[in-house]
Amino acid sequence: MNQFTISGSPHVHGDESVKKIMYTVIIALIPALLVSIYFFGWDAIRITLVSVAACVLCEWLIQKFLIKGDCTICDGSAALTGILLAFNVPANLPSWMLVIGAFVAIGVAKMSFGGLGKNPFNPALVGRVFMLISFPEAMTTWPKAHAIFAEKTVTDAITGPTTLGVMKEGLGAGKTTEEIMNQLAENYTYIDSLFGNRGGSLGEMCVIAIIIGAIFLIWRKVIDWQTPVTITATVFCFAGLFYLIDPMHYAHPLFHILNGGLLFGAVFMATDMVTSPMTIPGKIVFALGIGLLTIIIRLWGAYPEGMSFAILIMNAFVPLINKGFKPKRFGVIK
Amino acid sequence: MSIILSSLLVLGILGAVLAVILFIVAQKFKVEENPKIDEVESVLAGANCGGCGFAGCRKFAEACVKSAEEKKSLEGLNCAGSNMQTVANILGLTVEAAEPKIAVVRCSGSCDKAPAKVHYEGADICAFANTLYAGENGCPNGCLGLGDCVKKCAFDALHIDPNSGLPVVDENKCVGCGACTKTCPRGIIELRPKGKNNRRVYVGCMNTEKGAITMKHCTVGCIGCAKCSKVCPFEAIEMRGTLAYIDPAKCKACGKCVEECPRHAIQKVNFPQKPAKPVETPSEENKTEN
Amino acid sequence: MNPIKTFNKGGVHPEENKLSKDSPIVVFPIPEHVIIPMGQCLGAPAEPIVQKGNKVKAGQLIGTAKGFISANVHSSVSGTVNKIDLVMDHTGYRKQAVFIDVEGDEWVDGVDNSDTLVKEIKLTREEIIARVKDFGIVGMGGATFPTNVKLSIPPDKKAEYVIINAAECEPYLTCDNRLLLEKTKEFLVGVKVVMKAVDAPKGIIGIERNKMSAANLLDKTIKEDPYFAGIEVQPLVTKYPQGGEKQIIKAVTGREVPSGKLPIETGCVVINVASTYAIYEAVQKNKPLVSRIVTVTGKSVKKPSNFLTRIGTSADLLIEAAGGLPEDTANIINGGPMMGKSVSQTDFPVIKGTSGILLMSVAEAQPRKVSNCIRCGKCVQACPMGLEPYYLNKASKLNMFDETESHHIMDCIECGSCEFTCPANIPLLDYIRFGKAKTGAIIRARK
Repeated sequence: MNQFTISGSPHVHGDESVKKIMYTVIIALIPALLVSIYFFGWDAIRITLVSVAACVLCEWLIQKFLIKGDCTICDGSAALTGILLAFNVPANLPSWMLVIGAFVAIGVAKMSFGGLGKNPFNPALVGRVFMLISFPEAMTTWPKAHAIFAEKTVTDAITGPTTLGVMKEGLGAGKTTEEIMNQLAENYTYIDSLFGNRGGSLGEMCVIAIIIGAIFLIWRKVIDWQTPVTITATVFCFAGLFYLIDPMHYAHPLFHILNGGLLFGAVFMATDMVTSPMTIPGKIVFALGIGLLTIIIRLWGAYPEGMSFAILIMNAFVPLINKGFKPKRFGVIK
Repeated sequence: MSIILSSLLVLGILGAVLAVILFIVAQKFKVEENPKIDEVESVLAGANCGGCGFAGCRKFAEACVKSAEEKKSLEGLNCAGSNMQTVANILGLTVEAAEPKIAVVRCSGSCDKAPAKVHYEGADICAFANTLYAGENGCPNGCLGLGDCVKKCAFDALHIDPNSGLPVVDENKCVGCGACTKTCPRGIIELRPKGKNNRRVYVGCMNTEKGAITMKHCTVGCIGCAKCSKVCPFEAIEMRGTLAYIDPAKCKACGKCVEECPRHAIQKVNFPQKPAKPVETPSEENKTEN
Repeated sequence: MNPIKTFNKGGVHPEENKLSKDSPIVVFPIPEHVIIPMGQCLGAPAEPIVQKGNKVKAGQLIGTAKGFISANVHSSVSGTVNKIDLVMDHTGYRKQAVFIDVEGDEWVDGVDNSDTLVKEIKLTREEIIARVKDFGIVGMGGATFPTNVKLSIPPDKKAEYVIINAAECEPYLTCDNRLLLEKTKEFLVGVKVVMKAVDAPKGIIGIERNKMSAANLLDKTIKEDPYFAGIEVQPLVTKYPQGGEKQIIKAVTGREVPSGKLPIETGCVVINVASTYAIYEAVQKNKPLVSRIVTVTGKSVKKPSNFLTRIGTSADLLIEAAGGLPEDTANIINGGPMMGKSVSQTDFPVIKGTSGILLMSVAEAQPRKVSNCIRCGKCVQACPMGLEPYYLNKASKLNMFDETESHHIMDCIECGSCEFTCPANIPLLDYIRFGKAKTGAIIRARK
């Protein structure tokens, strides 16, 4: 006869698991990956593979030799961090830089706090910001996107700043937004953002691919729609306010939404379960903060792109937000 | 040069101003405390185990100083982990040395002697498992083996033996604070005097059920046959229902009961190993030493 | 029928698995021996008043209630008291019980064992409540709270609604569903009796949408007979824990029971289906609570069944009648899978609160690997009480009981939605139960 099991209720369990959540996010990233492969070819594959391998290896080494605990790489979180990190860097980044970034992401930002679930900051973003500060040159020159099926080979691709960088530089040089937009219009329109035909990090290229991923994640109930929508809406309103005041020196809000890593961050980075608040009102406040900080950094900060800094800063506020925004208690009248 | 000078000047002035502010604040919010509290605290064990009944060593030190000032004694205050004589000396008092005590685990139902009949799956808290079921081996008084006592021990003196599934007391580390005895939901751990030459004899069972039922759970359970109480020359063993209890005040650790017990439920600790007897069962009870 | 309603916050939807919903109630033969535990209700166990060798009849009082929260126990069979001894109940602990050897089936005088429907309620309010108390009726959904305490409305309160909890939100269990289908009229008279006892003008039967056949039948019966005026059927969304007392009040009336208060604060009295039927039998048929319907089910069980069985029958016999213990049984549960209790052996006696015996197969009860909390917040969203299970879990683990108290751990209804939904498979409810017990002890000590 079997030995019966004694356990506290409930005795049945839903079909949710950490593994399932992680792999769902990875699946949601596939459209963006395909787009980046389309535009950057082998470089996109190289960056993604190196990043994933470095992250998984780093987690395995630490788990095996420092923590001496069970192997946790199968839960997919290290691979996911690897993909997210890869999607946040330019396609022509040397592999060794990426490996260092991956080790910072996993080793410093994740495992030193105790592994999955205990990290206060988004590991992929910590890795990216570390690289951005350590290798500013390599991290801010972007290969120009062009289809691998086009005549020119990838190595011929022109490198240059992103549209956001151009805007920032132009404004700094005293040009008006209109002049800059005209200058950009030669090889960039908003339509290019939708399909990804522009400079930028691997993952943030194609808005449509990101939106497909977002819809998939919301449908699978892995993320709540509130976070990405609030971030986008905040950016639109806040940037729009300044555009209305002075359209000559502040870019159109759509320009802010469609360029840079805003949508990618809003869908994949700000919704990271570990580093975002627990309740829906908390998530909205968190998203609001990200939106405001992003625009503040973009308009007045030193960097053309503010998404990763904004998310990291708001990550630090998560415990406070969790304390402040409790769910509505049943039967408790304040 | 002027840059260096001006920065030196600015930093110097800033430092001076801040120092003054700090000084004023420190003076204003100064808390007057008896310096003896610090002194007493410094000689305490510092484990904040709570065995004394106070929330941490600091509170205990405060209580000691207060008691010394008001009552001129340290009555009722005892920290098992530190030398109370030193504390008394600091406070200018004398204190009688308390008998050193140690925690003993009164359950011998290890995995092989009381095999598991069911399998537990859930939170590793004895206090919770205790409300859920009787135990993997079915004994309602036995050790649940989930280690509430281990978690509570501030001196790292308790560990669950992976082979027996029972907690084991590290005699060198246990200070007899008694935190484990309070946390065990079944009261299995008892503080007993360390005994002469560190030798102790105790009943390693808490089962109060009838003998026949006890036998079903466990091969080393006390069945209440009272043979031990009859053989004891010092009348130290009392029968509490169907469970024998050795009164540590009367027990002289002669070890007669250990040999008499048909279930090998009585444990003796730190007795010298006897040369193996030529007869059958060579010293089964010596194996059960913890 | 009213439009479908539900409670607004949290909840989960486990697989329903109502395997025995089409198995009619089978009257289980009286066994040769019964073991009637004295502690069958929440609160103090009853005190036995019979001795070894006494002859007892079915329905005879054998244990008297001790204290306010306690219930009488009656003999479920006629025969001789074999012994009064300790018996291992479903938890594995030994509790006092009366062992009776069955001889024939003789009932105490005055019990109406016929099938005739008695509609006219002759007793007054006070008499009904006294009868419910004397006949040992408790909440038969599993919590086993003495029903007479529930029916005794404090003088400063007024009951507006009697809510019959027919949600049966626990997966697998079907005993209430079968009762509603087969004893419809008796049940409805029971509702009338409860309405009279608490002087409530309205009775609402809250029933989940997955039992529409029963709901339609009830609705039809009510409309056909003007005697049942004042009773309504309220279909509810199939969502766990729809049958939680506070949740069903919220769903049916939209009122929230204030934290730490009783349901009567909202003018509602919530009674279980089986208890309502027991009240009907006690008040109208003069029959004490000596039998109940037990669902025996499980994915590997050959014949998932609903048995009308005498209290004290060994669960072993019921499992045998349902096709025997399946080979791959890993977990025997007394009750439903969400709130039932694991049992260590099959020979425990059926008591008043045993709504089901669930035999979970190895595949279902597969232990899951526990990993770190990933702070996904799914438990917060699943909690029907608006608590933060992840936080209560952590605070309980660290023995921070002032924190658990300020985070309303005492409001936890232990429904298990948090643990059900947790992707990291953390035994959240185990820790919360531990914390709740400790916090409760601290609060009581303070008073």
